[in-house]
Amino acid sequence: MTANRAIIETHDLTKVYGMGDVSVAALDGVSIRIDPGEFVAIMGPSGSGKSTLLHILGCLSQASSGQYVLDGEDVSHLDNVQLAAVRNKKLGFIFQSYNLLARTSALRNVTLPLLYDHNHHGMSEASDVKARQMLELVGLGDRAHHQPHELSGGQQQRVAIARALINDPVVVIADEPTGNLDSRSGLEIMNLLHELHNRGTTIVMVTHDPGIATHTQRTIHLMDGKVADVVHNGKHPVAARSGGAG
Amino acid sequence: MSASEAMRIACEAILKNKVRSFLTMLGVIIGVAAVIIMVAISAGTEATIQEQITSLGSNLIFVQAAFTRAGPGQAQQGGLVYDDAAAIQQGVDGVTSVVVEQQSTENIKAGDVTLEDVELLGTTSEFPSVRDMEIASGRYFTDEEIERKGKLAVLGSSAAESLFGTESAVGQYITAGTTKLAVIGVFKERGLVGNTDFDSRVYLPIKLVFQKFTFNPFARFMGDRIRMIYVEVDPEADQQKIIQQIELLLVKRHDVTVDSEDFTITTQQDIISTRESTTSAFRSLLGWVAGVSLIVGGIGIMNIMLVSVTERTREIGLRQAVGATPADIRLQFLAEALLLSVIGGLLGMLVGVGGAYIFGAVSDMRTVIQPASILLAFGSAALVGAFFGYYPASQASQLDPIEALRYE
Repeated sequence: MTANRAIIETHDLTKVYGMGDVSVAALDGVSIRIDPGEFVAIMGPSGSGKSTLLHILGCLSQASSGQYVLDGEDVSHLDNVQLAAVRNKKLGFIFQSYNLLARTSALRNVTLPLLYDHNHHGMSEASDVKARQMLELVGLGDRAHHQPHELSGGQQQRVAIARALINDPVVVIADEPTGNLDSRSGLEIMNLLHELHNRGTTIVMVTHDPGIATHTQRTIHLMDGKVADVVHNGKHPVAARSGGAG
Repeated sequence: MSASEAMRIACEAILKNKVRSFLTMLGVIIGVAAVIIMVAISAGTEATIQEQITSLGSNLIFVQAAFTRAGPGQAQQGGLVYDDAAAIQQGVDGVTSVVVEQQSTENIKAGDVTLEDVELLGTTSEFPSVRDMEIASGRYFTDEEIERKGKLAVLGSSAAESLFGTESAVGQYITAGTTKLAVIGVFKERGLVGNTDFDSRVYLPIKLVFQKFTFNPFARFMGDRIRMIYVEVDPEADQQKIIQQIELLLVKRHDVTVDSEDFTITTQQDIISTRESTTSAFRSLLGWVAGVSLIVGGIGIMNIMLVSVTERTREIGLRQAVGATPADIRLQFLAEALLLSVIGGLLGMLVGVGGAYIFGAVSDMRTVIQPASILLAFGSAALVGAFFGYYPASQASQLDPIEALRYE
């Protein structure tokens, strides 16, 4: 027991696809710990299990064995409905391809997670106010009523980030957030993530781009379903931002 | 997610794809409209028949001469004779009046106008009251005029108009075959009753018809043949009993057995039930056709919903990622299917009611819009939506979020 409670703590996670002789272990005993306020990158070649790990950390799937404690709650044996509730309350997702609802305003895209908040009364005036705050936070306060096709790729990803933050998640899961962007927009998104990190948001990001990974505090390298290496980048996020902007 | 939010999302989804949504609804629109129009048509037909039946005159028993085969290829009119009528009047309890009818055809001339093959109907004095015919001008024959074979005629309304146009027919003369007849009355217009056109006929004293217009060399020995006896009975009396009495009386008089009767007895009730069974068969056929089109509409909804689920796989994945449970996803798509079918149902109601009204106005058929059919059609549309929407909705709810998010 540590004094500081971890946000994410896994013990011996495995994920096996298929059965019997043809089974493949995508994860083979992964134990990691991520503390509050950390900005962590997960890297590895394709097939290393990084996506599988991200899906499990994002409560989108369950490990075959092992334990996963998220924000003090053991989520290893929850069913689909319980996992959905965990995603809704504790997690925020940023995807490579933004995944905004087409023909839906930025504001409505941002409020989407609140729709599925079963403990509250769904949509309300308050959710719109909060969504506007989130859009302002990502620098799109004046784009609330724009639809995705009226926004640039970078702007769309900012809307997605605002959406990931609307439920005050304990951790933001980012899956190649700059993968679809040109380097300039990608850098802007990374700066935004740094800003969020500075405000205390915990971020776990999967990337295959070592350059992007160096923006984080720590990089977990996966290889063949195992943690191969953990690198402390030792870089101060603000320094990274000013470096990027220059 | 609450039901009202599900409805709001469904509304948005439908509005985002207006053309497709409309095409999807079209099946339901047509189905609901078809149910309403079909039911309106059959209800209209029934109402028409009911009116005809009441206009047949009340409490009538029809005794009709049966046509028997007299020889090879030769049909001969059966054995009803004029005196049978008097026998029924005297020998059967509960009979209020008896009217006899015999018919023939002749060319009718009046001045320059000749009508070919006009139906001459020989009747007795109570014909107008029993058959519910009203005199428009002049009068009908008296018993005395019938007995003395008066050369008189009463015209149906269209016959009078064809012969004399707008001129008054009463007091004029017509020639039927070679017999000159004085017109003493004209009936009011009656219209078609069943297949009978009361208005184009010329009505004559029945004994004049026996003498001049039917060929019957054996009348002296066997009596004058007639086509029909209308027996009007006391409404309080037991009709079945009266029918039995008439049957026994005629069997005895004609010296036939019950199996070889040369007459048939029908009541208005028989006619009503024949007509009703025809219309109810018609109505259930229409109902099935309309029901099938509703089901086809439902399959259309299911088809489009399945396409929609496939198309929106990534959206479903995203919604799952941000916390939608399988039940939330199912509710969303079910709401969409239901809304499509309910809007389709409402439009179908408008089209159906409007269509039934227009159809009734422009065609010969009458339509009576039945409120129950509107409710039924609308209700089944909603059920169809729920039923055919359930499968696509549960398909959507069972998607794996990771697969769904990766879907291209």
